[in-house]
Amino acid sequence: MNICFTLNGQRVQVDAAVDDSLYAVLRALNMTSVKCGCETTNCGLCTVHLDGRAVLSCAVPAPRVEGRSVMTLEGLQKEARELGGCLADEGAEQCGFCAPGLMMNVLALARENPRATDEEIDAYLAGNLCRCSGYMSQRRAIRRYLDAVAAGEEVRG
Amino acid sequence: MATYQNYIVAQSLEEAWTLNQKRSAVIVAGNMWLRMCGLRKQTAIDLSALGLDRIEETEDAFVIGAMTTLRQLETDAALSSAFGGAFAHALAPIVGTQFRNSATIGGSVYSRFGFSDVSALLLALDASVVLAHRGPVPLSQYQQEAWDRDVIAQIRVPKGRRAHVESVRLNATDFPVLVCAASVGDGGMRLVMGARPARAMIVADGLPESARLETFEALARSLPLGSNLRGSEAYRRKIAPALMLRAADGACGRD
Repeated sequence: MNICFTLNGQRVQVDAAVDDSLYAVLRALNMTSVKCGCETTNCGLCTVHLDGRAVLSCAVPAPRVEGRSVMTLEGLQKEARELGGCLADEGAEQCGFCAPGLMMNVLALARENPRATDEEIDAYLAGNLCRCSGYMSQRRAIRRYLDAVAAGEEVRG
Repeated sequence: MATYQNYIVAQSLEEAWTLNQKRSAVIVAGNMWLRMCGLRKQTAIDLSALGLDRIEETEDAFVIGAMTTLRQLETDAALSSAFGGAFAHALAPIVGTQFRNSATIGGSVYSRFGFSDVSALLLALDASVVLAHRGPVPLSQYQQEAWDRDVIAQIRVPKGRRAHVESVRLNATDFPVLVCAASVGDGGMRLVMGARPARAMIVADGLPESARLETFEALARSLPLGSNLRGSEAYRRKIAPALMLRAADGACGRD
């Protein structure tokens, strides 16, 4: 079936199977930041923004994005550089496999609650699993990134 | 993964109901669990064009569309004000924000998942299920029924009860080992146990707010509990009284 939607600001039209997931469609479009880590709707690696909300693309039926806006990390290069820099500076990048999904959820949090406390950060990001268990360094990096965003400062990664 | 031959975005509730009368059809709600069921169906029915993703407040109730997400319930200011933050407290431990941004109340209620924190809370709040053809049915009745082919349009949650949910989880974001939802209002205190591991059920109604640990220990002795990978029946029975006490204290506003 034909599905038209906006991907990272560009209108796209794809021919997808009716039972495809948004994840499968995005991978076919070379959105390689979007990964599947668990197959159980659980790990957060496939996180994208659908109409501005962070969702698990593995669980979104592809036909459901007709006419809607999808954003992946490929479309958020400036934010990815800034947040990625913070993660690298705090030693939070280990294998890096979970990073794109984590970053997409942090960017959703930054929009929703830029003054989040550490507890709120932990709660918001509970669905982003890191197999290297680098959670403390991730939280330090996120704290630094959010503090800069909340203060309207340039983020130096 | 689930496979379909057709994907139909229903344009009316009646169309969804008609399509759903065939055993070869299935309604796709949040698709969080359905996608993992390995179903092979002819037709997937999507309810997302029916405006069922809203929370409406009336004088005496909240009417929640079946496609409303758990995250909407968690962050809705009016719900939070009416029920003292019970929805946020009960739903926040479920998997992650992204999961709750897609999982729907209709999918949770229809599925009657044994592990459902949502069903336990809604039972405690005396909710009813509004079905496309049968109309309103008390959740306490619906919860015990077999899966049928009617379509959930809304969940109605009457105002007037205060509730609190407590759960025990082996790890954050995991399924609960046991859930207790307590509510107080006219007619006294109601206790609901979920993740027994069978479907949530009302285990006591009309208890005085002053009920203490001895009462809950007596209740726990006769609770229908079982074992699964997350905990044995004996373990569940051991932790049940403390969980009931904490839920009751929360519902009654005690520290």
